[in-house]
Formats: sequence, structure tokens, C-alpha cells
Amino acid sequence: MTKVKTLADLKKLKDKLQEKVKLREKGLDAENHVQIKVAMATCGIASGAKVIMEFLIEELDKRNIEAVVTQTGCMGYCFAEPTIEVTLPGQTPVVFGYVDVRKADEIIEKYIKNGELVDGIIPQNYETIDNN
Amino acid sequence: MKELSLHILDIVQNSIAAKATRIDIKVVENPDKNLLTITITDNGSGMSPTALKQATDPYYTSRQTRKVGLGLSLFKQAAEQCGGRFKIISDPEAGTKIKTSMQYKHINRQPMGDIAGVITLLASSNPDIYFRYEHKTPSGKYVFDTLKIMKVIENISIADPNILRFIREMIQENLRNINTTT
Repeated sequence: MTKVKTLADLKKLKDKLQEKVKLREKGLDAENHVQIKVAMATCGIASGAKVIMEFLIEELDKRNIEAVVTQTGCMGYCFAEPTIEVTLPGQTPVVFGYVDVRKADEIIEKYIKNGELVDGIIPQNYETIDNN
Repeated sequence: MKELSLHILDIVQNSIAAKATRIDIKVVENPDKNLLTITITDNGSGMSPTALKQATDPYYTSRQTRKVGLGLSLFKQAAEQCGGRFKIISDPEAGTKIKTSMQYKHINRQPMGDIAGVITLLASSNPDIYFRYEHKTPSGKYVFDTLKIMKVIENISIADPNILRFIREMIQENLRNINTTT
């Protein structure tokens, strides 16, 4: 058997992180976080939402942006999946559609870092057409 | 949906929506018997007998945002297209159990995909839910248990990117060790 990571290794990592977390907690303010929700219903998952979520978690950490990335259900924009909802501190949420890795990168660099709007926003007043 | 792990990710969303606090995911590979089974069990709010009957109907959904519900239908199709079976047992008191079987070597059997990534995402996005994931092959068995993880990391968040990276690699390495299907 080759060497595999165990819970004991996790303990070591935890002890290492503990120090960093202590430093961070001082400046930690929930309202200063960027919040991102990735739509993860059948439509989202089938269109690649998992990869987008992993990309966001990884890249936001690498680029030192304090953000919370969570999952949400289908927002009714199945045609535009993967969709993500981004809430900058103190601002109204913005929903982006057709988010691939390139788009996600653009959203981080332009919208999250500079507040600059990018293509692919689903207008808030958009409503699903109901034929009944 | 092109990978079995993505079906698992999708079906577990139903368990989360049903307010489950414990979710068990079990994958058993048995190439000698040409059999692969996936079982997902939760202790959520379950389904009424009427809802249960319609659950795999693509035009049935319990949600309001759209008129179709494809998750279970697609998973059922994924099983049946490779000579397998799909079964749901649900009880509003106890929760829901979904069991699928597939012919391991069937040409239509979907690949497993990134199951380590799926389990990691589920565990990190739902820290209040107890996940237990078991994967069995002829070479052995691997069990991932979020209670054990929580005990070790204590006050560090399971959503910490460093922890996530670690967990994903730990699962990957353990699965490689028991020669799981890709």
C-alpha cells in the first residue's frame, strides 16, 4: 500500500492553520465578505456548476479575497446555467449566467475586485414566462 | 449528467432540501459479479405515497421555480440504460433511501467521475449535516465520516480552502488504494 493521508495528518494541518486563523479573526467582519451562491440543482450540476464552485473556492483563496462560497437551489434560470449570485459587501445581489471558468475568472477580476460590471448579468426583474 | 458522482451530488441536494441531518452514501463495486450499486440514505422529511409515485416522473417537482424535476428521472435512466435497477423507499417519518444497481461492465454505464470532489463539496457546504460515505471494492473498503473530521479540525471551518484541499486528496488517495473505478 502506498502512503495515504490520514486523520493524523489532518490534525497537523489543523494545528498549522490555527495560528493563521487567530490572526485573521481580528479583522474578520462578516459584512466585509463577498458572498457567492452557486446554483446547484440538476440543471446547474449538469451544466458544470461543480467545476465552477471548486474554481471559485480555489481562486478566491489564491487571490486573497475573503469570500464565502455556498450552494443554492435552482433560481429558475435553467437556460443560463451555470448561474452564480454574487453579493458584494453592502450591495444588492447580482446574478450571472452562463458562467464557465473564463467567465468566473472575469467576474473575480472585474466585478469582485473593482465593482466593474461584466456581460452575462441576468436582470433582477426577469421573470419566468408562465403560459398558464 | 455524464458521471455517476454528479448524479450523487444532485440526488443529495434533495436530501438537503428535505432537511436531512444525516446522509449516507454507499458505493459498492463488484466487477466479478458485474455489479455496481449506489445507495443514498437520508433521515429527511421523506415523501408521501402520492409524491413517491410521481417522484421519477420528469414532469413532477415539489418546487415552484420551474415545472420539471429531472434529478431522479435522470438517475433512474442512468441505472436502467445499463441493465440496472432503481428503487426508492420513502417514509415521512424516517426519510428516504434510493438504491440503484448497474451492470459494472455495461457499455452504457457512466464513469464514476470526481467522487472525491463531490464528497468534499457536500461536506464543506453543509457543515451541519453528518455525512458518511463508504466505498467498497474487492480490494477493500474506505469510509469517510464527517463527524471524525469535525472532531479533528475542532474550531477550524471545514470550508477552509486548505482543509478542503486536504480532504479531497485524502479521499482520492484512499480510493486509489482500493482501486476504485474511474
